[in-house]
Amino acid sequence: MELPAELLTRAHYWMRLTRALDERGTFLHKQSKIVGGYFSQIGHEALSVAAGMALGPDDVAAPMHRDLGTYLVRGLHPQRILAQFLGRVGGVSRGRDANLHGMGDLSLGLIGFISHLPASTGVIAGVAHAFKLKAEPRVAMAFFGDGGASQGLAHEALNWASVFQLPMVVICENNQYAYSTPLARQMHIEHIADRAAAYGMPGVIVDGNDFCAVYQAASEAVARARAGAGPTLIECKTMRMRGHAIHDNMAYVPPELLASWAQRDPIARMEALLRDRGLLDDAALTALLAQIEAELDAAQAAAEASPYPDGATVTEGVYAV
Amino acid sequence: MTWDANLHVGVTTLAEPGAAPASATRELSYLEAIRDALRYELRRDPSVLLMGEDIGVYGGAFKVTQGLIEEFGEQRVIDTPMAELAMLYAAIGMSFQGFRPVVEMQFADFISTGFDAIVQFAATNHYRWGQPVPITIRAPGAGGLRAGPFHSQCNEAWFVHTPGLKVVAPATPADARGLLLSAIRDPNPVIYYETKYLYRSLKGPVPEGEAGLVPIGRAALRREGEELSIITYGAMLHEALNAAAGLEQAGHSVEVLDLRTLKPLDEQAILATARKTGKVLIVHEANRTCGVGGEVAALIAEHAFAYLDGPITRVAGPDTPVPYSPPLEDAHRPRAETILAAARQLLAY
Repeated sequence: MELPAELLTRAHYWMRLTRALDERGTFLHKQSKIVGGYFSQIGHEALSVAAGMALGPDDVAAPMHRDLGTYLVRGLHPQRILAQFLGRVGGVSRGRDANLHGMGDLSLGLIGFISHLPASTGVIAGVAHAFKLKAEPRVAMAFFGDGGASQGLAHEALNWASVFQLPMVVICENNQYAYSTPLARQMHIEHIADRAAAYGMPGVIVDGNDFCAVYQAASEAVARARAGAGPTLIECKTMRMRGHAIHDNMAYVPPELLASWAQRDPIARMEALLRDRGLLDDAALTALLAQIEAELDAAQAAAEASPYPDGATVTEGVYAV
Repeated sequence: MTWDANLHVGVTTLAEPGAAPASATRELSYLEAIRDALRYELRRDPSVLLMGEDIGVYGGAFKVTQGLIEEFGEQRVIDTPMAELAMLYAAIGMSFQGFRPVVEMQFADFISTGFDAIVQFAATNHYRWGQPVPITIRAPGAGGLRAGPFHSQCNEAWFVHTPGLKVVAPATPADARGLLLSAIRDPNPVIYYETKYLYRSLKGPVPEGEAGLVPIGRAALRREGEELSIITYGAMLHEALNAAAGLEQAGHSVEVLDLRTLKPLDEQAILATARKTGKVLIVHEANRTCGVGGEVAALIAEHAFAYLDGPITRVAGPDTPVPYSPPLEDAHRPRAETILAAARQLLAY
């Protein structure tokens, strides 16, 4: 099925914004304006944007640190994200949490991520469970990876979702490496999606670098969940094109593997498709990139104008009152 | 019939000291008081729901939730898979969508299986991104029931050390109800340690309705005295009261403070009793090292040092797993005699 031009153009914008913001963060880290760790998601733009776009405005997502695109699509403004990266009061966590961790805002249907993957699967099972108990036609979507798939919680949460037939979609980003650990040390099967059969739910395998494939699979799973037909596990095959975090030179990844995945860059593929369909030319791309840089310049300026939190407030907010 | 039923040889009936029995009180066991609180909150607030293993159709391993699925249905009394970690994460997710889940750990011991959800996620959300987590985790803990190392633990100190959590440990039927109401209504994650030993062995007057609400963070002075303060919580309250009665017969005046809430500690009440008597004996069933008693002792040493007339003393379980065989468990679990011996030594100091 051919996706509508307007949807592809919108997706292209989000994918380009995601990459530009990711690169802006890397740049700010090199300038020592962002301190501590920093996580790049380059290579994940198609799947994070597609999965995010498959959701409706009232749905809820629990993205992780490679899903910058999902945060943007859900409406989290780059200014708040950059202020978060910079540790400022204007950041999503007001300086409390680092980089992409803790970027939660339920008014945007976003749950703040923790390092303990795949926490997203468990908490999203609860959100989906709430939707079912309240008979609301809403869907909850969790993101986790090939490393998180080895954790017991992934099993517990998928089993839970299936037992209660919850309106839940689980996106597994199989990006070949968990930090330095390759897939072969993570599991003795080829496809994580094969495990779905053990839970009695559909398991779908898609090319995670193909926006259209992910969007279609995610949309079908979302529709299925919304119709009360239960959860779906979607495995997106992709590649983490940078190190685990910015300090990691990923010398453990064979260069030919990276080179082969570079040929499948999700943005290049999206742009080839758009050009094929007459929706993009050089002039339009140049204009779009300039527009995005201007948006990010403004966002960065506003983020840097936001103050650092006052050390005297360190104990504030531990408890809700 | 539950497996522990025939272990309760006698039933103690508690008269609430100081509290004039209001017209609307009933005599309930500790277990019935917990059930009464759950039923009251389920009736009062449609966002309250219960989750746990075997809590619905079976009524719970100890029958605490007996009858509730019949009254409230399986949408609000949810039998779950045997998966504490998913259960606790799911409870948090439900709380994000307006529910106030009360999760039963079948035994407090099993809470370790769900540790990440509590200490990494539930405890940190509000600090990190401003999202409250109004969940209550019921943890049936402690020993004395010959239940062995994995059904007898007092692991409350794990959570007392964790910022973002509240921890309560009621010792009477009235507090069992009153603190559970407060826990469920609190916008923060609360670990509610209920003492299995007291389920059927302790009865007492329990107020009805809103009258019985017990605020979190407030200790209760169970007995006033001049020479020595015993600071304790949970089942040890009753051992301490027995010890205090014994000391009174020997002519000593002993104060007993029931902490009731372990996090946040009622610092004012702790320091007040320490300053009053100048001799402090801290008693808990949990093992000694880095237990709640260590924190209470440090608090007194920091803020009431000048008032002390003797070393702050602890009576606690030894640093071992809780053993099964009766002579071993009896050697592990502090009792009135153990407390008496330590108190005599401190009084003579």
